[in-house]
Amino acid sequence: MGAAQALSAADIIGTVTYKGTPPPEKEITPILNDPTCAATYNGKAPTTHFYVVGPKGEFGDVIVSLQGVTGSTGAAAPAAVLDQKGCLYSPTILVLQTGQKLTVKNSDPVLHNVHLNPTVPENEKANDALINAAQMPNGADLTYSFVKPEKFLKFQCDVHPWMFAWVTIEDSPFYALSGADGKFVIKNVPPGKYTIEAAHRKAGTQTQEVEVKDTDATVNFTFEPK
Amino acid sequence: MNKKGLTNYNPGMHYFAILTAIMTFLLLGLGGLVTSHEAGMSVPDWPNTYGYNMFLFPIGKWVGGVFYEHTHRLLASAVGLLTVGLAVWLGRRDPRRWMRWLGVAAVALVVAQGVLGGLRVRWHMDNLGIFHGTTAQLFFILVCALALCTSRWWWQTAGPQWPQAPAGLRRLVLATTVLIFGQLILGATMRHQHAGLAIRDFPLAYGQLWPDTSATAVARYNADRIEVVTANPITAGQIILQMIHRLGALAILLLVAACAGRAWRQLGGRAGLVGGGGGADETRRRLAGVDPGSNRPGHRDRPHQQGRRYRHPACVGGRAGARHRGVVVRDCLPASGNFDEFCA
Repeated sequence: MGAAQALSAADIIGTVTYKGTPPPEKEITPILNDPTCAATYNGKAPTTHFYVVGPKGEFGDVIVSLQGVTGSTGAAAPAAVLDQKGCLYSPTILVLQTGQKLTVKNSDPVLHNVHLNPTVPENEKANDALINAAQMPNGADLTYSFVKPEKFLKFQCDVHPWMFAWVTIEDSPFYALSGADGKFVIKNVPPGKYTIEAAHRKAGTQTQEVEVKDTDATVNFTFEPK
Repeated sequence: MNKKGLTNYNPGMHYFAILTAIMTFLLLGLGGLVTSHEAGMSVPDWPNTYGYNMFLFPIGKWVGGVFYEHTHRLLASAVGLLTVGLAVWLGRRDPRRWMRWLGVAAVALVVAQGVLGGLRVRWHMDNLGIFHGTTAQLFFILVCALALCTSRWWWQTAGPQWPQAPAGLRRLVLATTVLIFGQLILGATMRHQHAGLAIRDFPLAYGQLWPDTSATAVARYNADRIEVVTANPITAGQIILQMIHRLGALAILLLVAACAGRAWRQLGGRAGLVGGGGGADETRRRLAGVDPGSNRPGHRDRPHQQGRRYRHPACVGGRAGARHRGVVVRDCLPASGNFDEFCA
């Protein structure tokens, strides 16, 4: 838990690793039943991407964030973008800050309904008019904004019930999403002691303590099958 | 045969009630498909459909989950109209006051059911789906009752001469029915969690007779679940709910077997249980103390035929309406109507 000090900031860098064999992903076969959606895939159904794990255990799509840092807004940050392409959400894991705009696009030639399931009442109230909104092909973008932090808020399309995205809202700008190489960087962290958390929707949550001085700090996380 | 009742039998009304029941059955199935395909929210507005009057929504847009939800709405509209038609018909033609009120009740229930479905969409409330699914079953039972009570068979056989089953058997059947309804509510609750199967093996549960529902275990179950369409994580409560559902199914199996066995013993075996006029007659005969399945005069008939006093084993109290093993023995009355002659 740290008190942020506005001295010389540094980055927190690290790698997330998955040690072991994750559960096998499944083919999204229902997608082939919709001719418009199936056209994207040439008869070969895409798979789920719950565990993005590289050959050496590099673990992607893990949200790494500093805990207990509040008091800022992401209103000035560029809007995060969630697109619907090939009847899938892209990306499926997304993280943004409270106050930051989220733009939902429909790049498909088919209608979708954008259906949110906030568990934090303030976030539901803030987006009440668009909790379940139709989005026609090439329809106007939908814009959302969230006022409270929330982990893995589910976006879904009920027209195509295999379509999900999980949006996490953080209360500070100090977060990152691990890439396919498992690496992450949290930039410009003021010196101080922090609790840093790594959260994966399936693999769970881990925390560590980290102290940031005037040089980069390194934190690594390793997940294992439960 | 109740000839007076038969003059009131209206085949057109009966077939119309059957049509309503069949359409309701199809509607139930389609509603189940809506939930199975996670399509309940695929049409965000109600009563319109994507801004269109629902009856004018272009077929080309009936894609994916919209197909299930929109056809469910259309079929529900048809069932609503049929129900109103049936209620009006009953109101104008059926001499039985209680049947006319049942028709009114059916209209009220189908309207309430439609509103429930609409509010589930408008209010984004998954839990309303539980009530929607349960009310659907009640409405189906009501429409089936309307079809039954307008049938030729009903007019022929229903009435004061209809045998009364033993009280114990009636209580058992009632308890079984209540349990089945409870099981139905449990099932609807499970399905509207939108979490898929909370337990994925059977007959064991996560390899055990009773699964581990600790936080660590549930986290492990969720970590191993790779869902394609039902993405909500499962909870310990959902696992327990599903276990109760399984135990409920077992209890229902045993109770139904008990009902069947008891009915077999007390209503006259196969002859008393099979449908049709013969079966009903046999049941009546059985409850009246006549040997089932036989035209041979039973011991009921012998005393008064022979003109001597006789204590029938079923006549405990010595008066019409007395019971033996729970059987009302009003049919014990001899042709003379003098029960005392029969039961000294």
